Amino acid sequence: MAYLELKSIVKSFGSTKVVQQFDLAVDQGEFVSFLGPSGCGKTTVLRMIAGFEQPSAGSITVEGQEISHLPPAKRNIGMVFQAYALFPNLTVGQNVGFGLKLAGVPKAERDARVAEMLEIIKLPQLADRYPYQLSGGQQQRVALARALAVRPKILLLDEPLSALDAKIRVSLREEIRALQRQLGITTIFVTHDQEEALSISDRIVVMHEGKAAQIGAPFEIYNSPKTKFVASFVGTLNILEATVMDWGQMRLSIDGRDVTTSHGFTAKAGEKVSVALRPEAATLGWTNDGRNHMAGTVEEVAFLGSVVRVRVRFEHQTISLDTFNDPANPPPLRGATVAVAFKPEDLIILEGGTTEANHEPGTAVDAPVAVTELA
Amino acid sequence: MKTSSVGAWVAVCIGVFYLLMPLMGTVEFSLRMLRGTYSFEAYKILGTGEFQQSFLFSMIIALLTIIVSVLIVVPTVYFVQLRLPKLRPIVEFITLLPLVIPAIVLVFGYLRLYNSSSWLPLTGTAEATNVLLLFAYVALALPYMYRAIDSGMRTVDVRTLTEAAESLGAGLGTILFTVILPNVRSAVLSGAFLTFAIVIGEFTIASLLDRPVFGTYLQNVGAGKPYNASALSVVAFAITWASMGLMQVFGRDRRPKVAH
Repeated sequence: MAYLELKSIVKSFGSTKVVQQFDLAVDQGEFVSFLGPSGCGKTTVLRMIAGFEQPSAGSITVEGQEISHLPPAKRNIGMVFQAYALFPNLTVGQNVGFGLKLAGVPKAERDARVAEMLEIIKLPQLADRYPYQLSGGQQQRVALARALAVRPKILLLDEPLSALDAKIRVSLREEIRALQRQLGITTIFVTHDQEEALSISDRIVVMHEGKAAQIGAPFEIYNSPKTKFVASFVGTLNILEATVMDWGQMRLSIDGRDVTTSHGFTAKAGEKVSVALRPEAATLGWTNDGRNHMAGTVEEVAFLGSVVRVRVRFEHQTISLDTFNDPANPPPLRGATVAVAFKPEDLIILEGGTTEANHEPGTAVDAPVAVTELA
Repeated sequence: MKTSSVGAWVAVCIGVFYLLMPLMGTVEFSLRMLRGTYSFEAYKILGTGEFQQSFLFSMIIALLTIIVSVLIVVPTVYFVQLRLPKLRPIVEFITLLPLVIPAIVLVFGYLRLYNSSSWLPLTGTAEATNVLLLFAYVALALPYMYRAIDSGMRTVDVRTLTEAAESLGAGLGTILFTVILPNVRSAVLSGAFLTFAIVIGEFTIASLLDRPVFGTYLQNVGAGKPYNASALSVVAFAITWASMGLMQVFGRDRRPKVAH
């Protein structure tokens, strides 16, 4: 049985359904991220686990015990907030010891535990400082120590890195992951940053409009997105509209150019489907290894340093592709005619195809931090 | 010097003059009890038991007023901000009522409701009347206390701090007294200063409830001994300021201030 289990969770505010039929089973010691844009319901689910919101329907169990009727103070679930939420009137040591004091832990034992926690977050020298004397990164580490000091069953992290500088964000997320592994604590991490989610999670729940659009390991989410939304939100992606030519041979036509895919689909000949292609899966030039080739005109060349991003236009649609910078091979010039090559298995057929028109077909969709991922 | 700053200085001087002139006049008058010479003769009244008792009584009532109003206002503001933000305009209106309703109206209301032949005869004994006086002062202090604490609490992320404390196992009492109250301490203090000043100077309610506060004592003295009354005013003014200063010293946030 799963350690933390959410079954058919529904949450409505008035007539708005923020979370719809949400199911999730988390194993003990697992690190699960909720990834999605703002308003997708990820924070609401987290707050229901913490007890700050009551589910309108459904059940939440920890170790088989129903907890949805318990107030937050009785759940023994640690939480770290985006705004740190350290108590401004207490020192770092008192903040970390706050939960232990409430639990009636004797002073000597409490002091030892506080010292141990400060050691773990590598800030033992700051026990007597007040929160306002610390940097954002330090405050968030103290908040983490405070949440973990009481040995909670589950740790919830609500966008803990969003208020921090880019560099600290990366180093702190690595620290959080290392600490989580060290303590073996079951953790739920909420973020809208796909790079963050991909880099630190055991599993990712991509959320969209109150539902789990896809649940899977980062590798799986990135390489085999199930829906157009997941494909567009995670990473940078070309979403194209294709017409089915031959269902049996899995032949499609994109802007009049024949291509094949190795992924099966159910659409009939003449129907339109949405397909996706990662920029790093496409190359320039003709090859003889059974790849698809599409001839087009170079519309834009962006030199990003180690990577060169080229946008190639066909009739109505474009494909963005990434090639590594090669001093011996200058990037193509704008207006040049080139061939875009990609393997049939890299052409992903998206579920829900044309109905979920979040983006214009034939445009590359950039997730918020796509550039950092490529740089 | 620029013209604009000359204008500013003139305005400040007029303001200071306007505020200090009556005070200086009172001081000067209080020193003229003996004909033809300045002396502290009028200040001998400070040695009387009547003065000391009435002033002590007012001080105690003032401190109790502060404590009671903090206990009423802090949880009210907290719940309005956290759970019932829609009630804010209504609560604000209620807290403003004491400014709109004159003290004389309030005290006549009290006398009608709580007279010795009513269902709750609070005016029946001196102790019960003191309690009534205290509650009247809490009502008078409400606009100042509420505004001070409300604006103080808006600068604190009440919701997140509450949730952080809850997730660490804190109950409501712990949250209010160890998390919220210490973080609005300076707001509570500024409310307390105003409350203190109001209570020390209050006359109407105390007089009609016949309580021996400083205000009624001062009025009695003033009726027959103008020099002594001026001396008392000066001293009361000084003591009130000193008390506020002390509250600030002892109640202040003692953490060192460091710029971010």
